[in-house]
Amino acid sequence: MEEYLIAVTILWSFLFVYSMLGSLDFGAGFWALVYGKKKHTNASSIANRFLSPTWEVTNVFLVLFVVTLVSFFPFATSMLGTLLLIPVGLGLILLTIRTTFMMFSHYANKFQDLLRITSGITGLLIPALLVSILPITLGGFVVIEDGYPQLLYGKLLTSPTTYMHIAFGISTELFLSALFLTDYAREANDHSAFGTYRKQAIWLGPLTLLIAVLTIFTMPAEASWLVENVQDNLYGFGMSIALFAIGYSLLFFKQKNGKLGYTRAAVTFVILQYGFAIYAYGSAHLPYMVYPHLTIEAGFTNTNMFYQLLIGYIVGLSILVPAFILFWRLFLKDQRYLEQK
Amino acid sequence: MLDTVVLARALFGSSLGFHIIYATLGVGIPLMIIIAEVMYLIKKDEDYSIMAKRWTKGFAILLAVAIASGTIVGVLLSLLFPGFMEMVGQVIALPFQIEIFAFLIEAVFMSIYLYAADRLPTWLRLVSIVSVAIGAVGSAILITDAHAWMNTPAGFEMTASGEITNVDPWAAFFNPSFFITALHVSVSAYMTVAFIIASLAAARLLRKGLSNEERNYHKKSLTIGIYLGAVMSLVTAINGHETAQMLHDYNPRKLAAAEGLFETTRYAPLSVGGWTSREDQEVKYAIEIPYALSFLAGDRFDTEVKGLNEYPEELWPPLYVHTLFNVMVGIGTMLMGLAFLAIIWRWGFKKPLPGWMLALFVGGGPLAMIAIEAGWCFSCIGRQPYTIVNVLKTTDAATQSENVGLLFVLFISLYAVLLVVTAFMLIFYFKRHPVQDELAKSEV
Repeated sequence: MEEYLIAVTILWSFLFVYSMLGSLDFGAGFWALVYGKKKHTNASSIANRFLSPTWEVTNVFLVLFVVTLVSFFPFATSMLGTLLLIPVGLGLILLTIRTTFMMFSHYANKFQDLLRITSGITGLLIPALLVSILPITLGGFVVIEDGYPQLLYGKLLTSPTTYMHIAFGISTELFLSALFLTDYAREANDHSAFGTYRKQAIWLGPLTLLIAVLTIFTMPAEASWLVENVQDNLYGFGMSIALFAIGYSLLFFKQKNGKLGYTRAAVTFVILQYGFAIYAYGSAHLPYMVYPHLTIEAGFTNTNMFYQLLIGYIVGLSILVPAFILFWRLFLKDQRYLEQK
Repeated sequence: MLDTVVLARALFGSSLGFHIIYATLGVGIPLMIIIAEVMYLIKKDEDYSIMAKRWTKGFAILLAVAIASGTIVGVLLSLLFPGFMEMVGQVIALPFQIEIFAFLIEAVFMSIYLYAADRLPTWLRLVSIVSVAIGAVGSAILITDAHAWMNTPAGFEMTASGEITNVDPWAAFFNPSFFITALHVSVSAYMTVAFIIASLAAARLLRKGLSNEERNYHKKSLTIGIYLGAVMSLVTAINGHETAQMLHDYNPRKLAAAEGLFETTRYAPLSVGGWTSREDQEVKYAIEIPYALSFLAGDRFDTEVKGLNEYPEELWPPLYVHTLFNVMVGIGTMLMGLAFLAIIWRWGFKKPLPGWMLALFVGGGPLAMIAIEAGWCFSCIGRQPYTIVNVLKTTDAATQSENVGLLFVLFISLYAVLLVVTAFMLIFYFKRHPVQDELAKSEV
């Protein structure tokens, strides 16, 4: 394997992790808002119980992605930085509002509603904004003027594929978080929250899949190279659909002890579903980072730096494993935390 | 063209100026919490346990903004200075990468300490908060490493056409000013937080009608602030002296601008105060301490200190950095004096601190933060016109994108709102949960 391919695989893996964690994080924030006031307060507090200790860790993975991108592919920064200034800049503002208001809402009961609503809504907008970056890389939205890349905002904002990408991002966020919270509620022995989230996951799942397939049909003419590559990569996408079918149907089987749905297995299969889809999409995107102006290889750093960074990731992640295990036990397994009133 | 560069600098500078407030607190408060936890273990005095809990609450509120603004700064750097990041990625990527892991350790253990402290055995609780402190100071040190490298670039060669070759990532990592600058940033953060804690405690002690329990509680907190402040300000001062020598060796242009020295001189005097006049080539209305600058730069009175006239004028940093430098050093020196005066007062006179001294301490916290801001401004503005000294000019590092103006307005408004909201949240929370309630609870 070429070095730059290893680098892009690592980068893509962080994107996968962040897209999963971010979906849970933003989605849980949204559900906490929706169920905050009414009779579903259990559903809201379950979402908050997951969110409180995890959002910081999730946020770090966003920074990890950016730093990995810049350090493995420094020659991509000038094009990406220029193109993404506005979408990412706006995303940062929303992210900041969301994060701080969410945290603050725990410390000021009096203003909780205002803070929670703001953070819930921004939590819905952020993935939309982040996902809207994907079509930019497909071709047709970038022109080079006087040697500098410019983003065609008018074309981007009037293109159906942008909105299909956004719809896909939001439905993914809501589906993944609802499914995960179904399992989390079961772990916490909270039946009412379990029922609430299972219901949401059941209608959101097929909808998300439908939107994903439709998104491919809205790809602009300039992205025909990607569509062709997708067709050559059907194995990955086929696997993804099969895994979804298994994971989704697991929600309906009764367990031996009479409980409805193998939720933990369902979550696992759906994560694998996304894994296959994301890697298949990533390999269809090769060799371009931004079509047709920038390839992965052209953005790649020198080999000295690459190997030092590689060692850095191996050492860093292995040091963190025990911390993550402790974290998992305390917040995702410990009944004293999960079932507190 | 120029407008975009100026706007990019203004936006990034304001973002850093905003972030540094929260980042400094984020580095310092965990150490204060450790001290309170350890005091509680030693003295079994419930007050220290309450102290640790209340500081943790304040820390959690501040940390939300610290993390959010840190994310902003990290991402904006790539957006606004792509030319710079292109070099960073090739030469000095390691500290950025390792910083993420330090940051992860901090985030993971902060959650554990915050949401699981009551379920942990004492030793694991201590391990958690110590990990938070190490993660926090580790992040600061690693990011400072990149800053140090910008001042004293190392670990690569550049061809005539501007291509970077022979990259040695670890030589870049351990660039000449790394250790001195990293120490400077960490101890000055500890110093600042110590004075802020002392400032809060002193403000409470000046109020009338405190119960004895409350008075004792705030006195303990003041004592921690004074002692830590004294030690850290002393270390900062000694280290500041080394920093000046490092400038003398590696970036004399910056030292000359800091001191408003135009002609290369032996037995150079140190100018305190005043402002640098470009026309008259001197610092006006300054107090001059004979030979002091030469001594500062090389530990000898006859050290030759380079003046600005050694360099073409377009390579001079803005001359007002002299004032920034004075603000930083002046405040640092005064605070060190104040802390030691307080210690001598208590030991010598065996008396509680008088009201006037408490009033000085109230002002000490905000002043320390101003010194931090002045220090960062001095270091970054004093490096101009370069982003990477003698390697990359700021005009070549900045983005070419239009629209920076729009973002500038949005971000500045965001920072203004957040400053007000965080202050409001802290006041609101601690008003609702006054310390006397917790003290009363522990009595029962």
